[in-house]
Amino acid sequence: MSKTKLATVWLDGCSGCHMSFLDMDERLLDLSSQFDLVFSPLVDFKVYPDSVDVALVEGAISSVEDERKIHHIREHTKFLVAMGDCAVAGNVPAMRNPFGTAAILKRAYTENVSAQPQIPCVIVPELLEKVRPVHEFVAVDMYIPGCPPSADTFFTVLTELLAGRTPDVGSLTRFGA
Amino acid sequence: MTVAADVKTLVIDGKHVSAGGDQTVLEVARENNIFIPTLCHLDGLSDVGACRLCLVEVKNSNKLTPACMLRVEEGMEVTTTSERLRHYRQTILELLFAERNHVCSVCVANGNCELQSLAQSQGLTHVRLPYRNPKLDVDASHERFVADHNRCILCTRCVRVCAEVEGAHVWDVMGRGVDSMVITDLHQPWGESSCTRCGKCVQVCPTGALSDKGKLGWDHPKHPEFLTYLNMMREAQ
Repeated sequence: MSKTKLATVWLDGCSGCHMSFLDMDERLLDLSSQFDLVFSPLVDFKVYPDSVDVALVEGAISSVEDERKIHHIREHTKFLVAMGDCAVAGNVPAMRNPFGTAAILKRAYTENVSAQPQIPCVIVPELLEKVRPVHEFVAVDMYIPGCPPSADTFFTVLTELLAGRTPDVGSLTRFGA
Repeated sequence: MTVAADVKTLVIDGKHVSAGGDQTVLEVARENNIFIPTLCHLDGLSDVGACRLCLVEVKNSNKLTPACMLRVEEGMEVTTTSERLRHYRQTILELLFAERNHVCSVCVANGNCELQSLAQSQGLTHVRLPYRNPKLDVDASHERFVADHNRCILCTRCVRVCAEVEGAHVWDVMGRGVDSMVITDLHQPWGESSCTRCGKCVQVCPTGALSDKGKLGWDHPKHPEFLTYLNMMREAQ
């Protein structure tokens, strides 16, 4: 039987979800016999594969690059999981929404600097006007709220998913957990 | 002369229960260990039926009725859990999350918030509605307390406890609908209002909207149970 192709993705989040994922520690070794990690910031794959079974997406959609990525990921993924409060609800990145992108950029790149104030416009992707959760762009198959979800939550969810079952996420975690 | 007790019998979730004639369905349900979720209700305060989370179905009525405002009637048949009620309760919670800026992870009430706990108990894992992201103020003008309007769900517990228990009526509501705001006095900063600094509003607030400056950072337990004790002691006098 072929192993499950697992991907983890890092969009506009703090990487805390990935840190919590790693906090599974030795349990990751037990699980790793059941999946191939085909894309992740934890490893050095540059291109998202054509066919992924399960993708855990960390982070909100904050820039045009995030938006392009999430559409590509959705197209090439069977089961998409919104991992953590940023992906599920916008969370801290979305705290800029009440102020507007222009005001945030001005605050960060001109008001608070003394040398060469300028708003970056090359190489870095353009920010969207609003930071929004993943499911406002593409269909999401499962939500794991939490900031970050605990390692135990990840272990239970992954164990169940790899066994072909759908876990009851609501009993494991909550917004802000 | 003997006064006949006003006792009524009704059915809640198939269970036959008896109640005093002036009791609400919510009171009777709780007395009989039947859980109905609430946010604006608090034992010791008057009921206003604001949050609509305690909606129940009553036989022979198409309308959903808030249990906290529903007086018992003889022979009444009430259903507190159904697919329809679950759907409406989840949607109400989603509306509350979408209406203001509830960022649980950086909230002083994270882990001690009734809105957050209810979301989990009602199986809410995400909000299907677009977030409004309004720009709202944080009033830190008071020497002891902070009002963060981003976290307010307009349950008006603060308004009622201040008026009904403290007797000061510093808190009130201004505006209409989604633009409603709790205010102190006639929209003066809290620190410049006629606040008596008793802190009752902070303790009964179900979210992180009202908090104590002395409790810095995460993990801000509140103790609304003081209210029933306070009322009990006052009645005993």
